Amino acid sequence: MVEFWRSTIGKKTFVAVTGTILVGYLILHMVGNLNSLFGPTGAEPRVDWYAGWLRELGEPLLPFAGALWIVRAILLGSVIIHITGVVQLRFRNRDARPARYPARKIGRSWESGVMMTSGILLAAFIVFHILQFTTLTVDVTPLHHEQVYFNLYNAFQEWYFVAIYLVALILIGVHLRHGIWSLVQTLGLDSPARNRGIRYGATTLTLVIVVGFALVPILFWTGLLDAPEPPAATITAIAGGLTG
Amino acid sequence: MNFTLEIWRQFDTGEEGRYEDFTVEGIDPEASFLEMLDQLNERLTEEERRTVAFDSDCREGICGTCSLVINDTPHGPRQVTSCQTYMRDFEDGATIRVEPFRSTTFPVIRDLVTDRSALDRVIQAGGYTGATTGPQPEPNSMPVAPEVQEKAMDAAICIGCGACVAACPNGAAMLFTGAKVTHLNLLPQGQAERGNRANSMVEQMDEEGFGGCTNFGECSRVCPQEISLDVIGMLNREYRKARLSRDPKDPPTMLAQ
Repeated sequence: MVEFWRSTIGKKTFVAVTGTILVGYLILHMVGNLNSLFGPTGAEPRVDWYAGWLRELGEPLLPFAGALWIVRAILLGSVIIHITGVVQLRFRNRDARPARYPARKIGRSWESGVMMTSGILLAAFIVFHILQFTTLTVDVTPLHHEQVYFNLYNAFQEWYFVAIYLVALILIGVHLRHGIWSLVQTLGLDSPARNRGIRYGATTLTLVIVVGFALVPILFWTGLLDAPEPPAATITAIAGGLTG
Repeated sequence: MNFTLEIWRQFDTGEEGRYEDFTVEGIDPEASFLEMLDQLNERLTEEERRTVAFDSDCREGICGTCSLVINDTPHGPRQVTSCQTYMRDFEDGATIRVEPFRSTTFPVIRDLVTDRSALDRVIQAGGYTGATTGPQPEPNSMPVAPEVQEKAMDAAICIGCGACVAACPNGAAMLFTGAKVTHLNLLPQGQAERGNRANSMVEQMDEEGFGGCTNFGECSRVCPQEISLDVIGMLNREYRKARLSRDPKDPPTMLAQ
């Protein structure tokens, strides 16, 4: 395994496998997000119920939020391997090509040429995204624990948050359109007979992921999803303020 | 036809190179690119100036010795070898830039001549098959299906010119190594060294300092033999299987309890 990692093909394979894991997670995350399209149904919005279900998943076999932390650990590991592999390969590739003579673009897609740029920006976005909706550190708009619908609604009333998320989604699209096909080729699963299908498949999957994610901020911003009930914490705070 | 040539001049490997402008006049449109350079060299000899060094051998597109980057594209505009590129493919009066193959692993020896022995060392590492000197096996015991044969031969036509490396933004030799591994690993004659071949050729490729593949596909677009990108997929697969399978010299043993 160590020898495999040291070789260029081995590193590429690690990048492809971790890329597959991350794409798989993106699909699950996107499908999970679509729960918010049910709106602020009744006492508890469906997406809040879903968030709670994720934490309780696997109980009593796993401790509370156990499954969530397992997934987080796998994701963190994948991201670290993905980035380490790519950065090490990048240094190799830079040394293999004399810097003053960049290779002329003959037919390569522009997406394939900007994988590094789109990747770096995506990494920055992921940090921002976790700080906003997981740790609730970026609380420009009011954020409350375990009140996903309320948090989403308020954040996506601001045009700049909608813009940040839509730009990030375009970056994901650019990264995946080359990335998905590329990982299939790196794993040696592509062939001339399958290539067309895999190319179209990669573009379709990219579009499904991007559109699926984009629905949430767009529908909140355009007002198609109703405002949530004010959360309990806010009501108590207001009540406390009144009595105080 | 008349042309202005911007030719890379570099006296030695260590020396700093630069472009030098030449004009050539009265070139026959049916002259090959190398014949045009020959005419330039004849003139330079008459003028007692240093001629332009460039590689060539068979001049019929099968040996893979010629190696010019013409207008930023390895082998020029037609996806054929440099020697099969003809002056009729260029506009009269055009300025043509001629460079050596650009790669850290291909140091320039002089002007347009590069040292491509790194590719030879990759071949030496595993691009061979063992041949039996004893009684020959019954040929029918080694069937080769027509599709397999065709696939192997499509890879075997690689002439090892190195244009794939020169076209690759990463300076990778994956198309070259992939073609060799595909050719030998598909045929029954290559089975004995199959796993070791992938391992040692990739190891040598990495040691020579070639870059890694990022699936740009530029190699295949300049390959004069039109080698398909799927040889790289095959190489990835063969290497992964060979590297991650258990060493046959160290088989697992079984004990009760």
